[in-house]
Amino acid sequence: MEIRTIFHNKLREIQDDVLAMGSMVEKATNRSIEALKERDIEKAHEIIADDLKINRQRFNIEEKCVQLIATQQPMASDLRTIISVLYIITEIERIGDHAEGIAKIVVMIGDEPPLKPLVDLPLMAKKAADMLHRSLDAFINRDADAAKQIVSEDDEVDNLYDQVFRELLTFMAEDPKTITRATRLIWVAHNLERSADRVTNICERVVYMVTGKMEEMNISKY
Amino acid sequence: MKMNSILSNNKAVGQNETKLRTEAVSLYYGNFQALRNISLEIPERAITAIIGPSGCGKSSFIRLFNRMNDLIIGARVKGQVELDGIPIYDTTIDVVELRKRVGMVFQKPNPFPMSVFENVAFGPRRHGINKIGELEEIIKRSLHQAALWDDVKDKLGQSALSLSGGQQQRLCIARVLAVEPEVILMDEPCSALDPVATLKIEDLMRNLAQKYTIIIVTHNMQQAARASDMSAFFMMEEDRAGVLVEYGPTSELFTNPKDKRTEDYITGRFG
Repeated sequence: MEIRTIFHNKLREIQDDVLAMGSMVEKATNRSIEALKERDIEKAHEIIADDLKINRQRFNIEEKCVQLIATQQPMASDLRTIISVLYIITEIERIGDHAEGIAKIVVMIGDEPPLKPLVDLPLMAKKAADMLHRSLDAFINRDADAAKQIVSEDDEVDNLYDQVFRELLTFMAEDPKTITRATRLIWVAHNLERSADRVTNICERVVYMVTGKMEEMNISKY
Repeated sequence: MKMNSILSNNKAVGQNETKLRTEAVSLYYGNFQALRNISLEIPERAITAIIGPSGCGKSSFIRLFNRMNDLIIGARVKGQVELDGIPIYDTTIDVVELRKRVGMVFQKPNPFPMSVFENVAFGPRRHGINKIGELEEIIKRSLHQAALWDDVKDKLGQSALSLSGGQQQRLCIARVLAVEPEVILMDEPCSALDPVATLKIEDLMRNLAQKYTIIIVTHNMQQAARASDMSAFFMMEEDRAGVLVEYGPTSELFTNPKDKRTEDYITGRFG
């Protein structure tokens, strides 16, 4: 029989909030690349405005965690869950900032002619958003193995980043007039690479929440 | 024997020798089995908390160490209980001498209906100390150790029953300390006290643990988490016999218990 029903309901509510916040950020990441592809400045402005909602949601969850710690003295896996949530929402919020960063680059680019059709950047975004989505599944399902699997996929994003960097470097070497545009695309790639790295941090917290072991699992190239 | 390397929340007890040990101990009250097959090593100069639901044998367990269960008709102990490696249920053991080394503080403060001075002097007098100068020294030291001296130094002649609940409990601790024990058993020492008096006792326990081995039974898990170095979780089996489920450093037991039953209990998933 569960005897701390109120406490455990509140804890579940926090986990649902984390999931909702995660899906806001996943959407922001996907939309930021759409905005880049479509040169959709209006969409970029929406993403920038939505980031405020994400930040507010993060403080909202943090406040709930503090309340639970202060009033319910959580122990064992409950305590680890709340501590993990505090770290995870920070990472999600930062991934949201990376999406906002991409949206700001879209605004900066404005209606400059495209340098090249975008291939690898959308792949990076798709991969990073997918990793984020699955890391939160692993969080909800308390699945440490799934979390470890996601960490190992960060190399794919790093490899795409290498590829984008090499390609854009070639453009710049061939024609210095492309430097501004190419550099902006490198910033976009960098934002996506950081997003995937932050997902690996989320995964580390999921492993801690489930096993109680703190371990650094991703030694990123970048 | 050295304990395995263990780091607790409050201090490192990894180097501490084992003070008390039980091996495969079972306790019976007549036909009823109260404890089953408990093996545990309690480090010296540390605080060990015994937690678990009501009726799981926590109090029965600590009463093994000063043979308080002997006072209950029909009580039988199987297995080995050792103090400093010496089996205390051996027929050659002097129980009075054992209880001098292993003192006890109870749930409700139980000062004798006499003066503060006489309460603390009671034990030493029983053990043959009668010189007033010597007694005064012992009483002053014990009351200091129990963090009660400043409260009562001007009213040593007053009735102990005039003190507050928290003061009475510290007086009972001073009374235990007066006979210079090595181990102090505490059976829910704060359950009758208000939160401030409770925190005072916890602070006092921490200071006493520099010199004494303390075992505390508590229903209050936050208290066990705050105040102890080692924690043991007991549970009742279907026949109502108490068993040891998990024992380890408090810092681990409350953040990452190994046994699901411990986890369920301390997170309140079962009561």
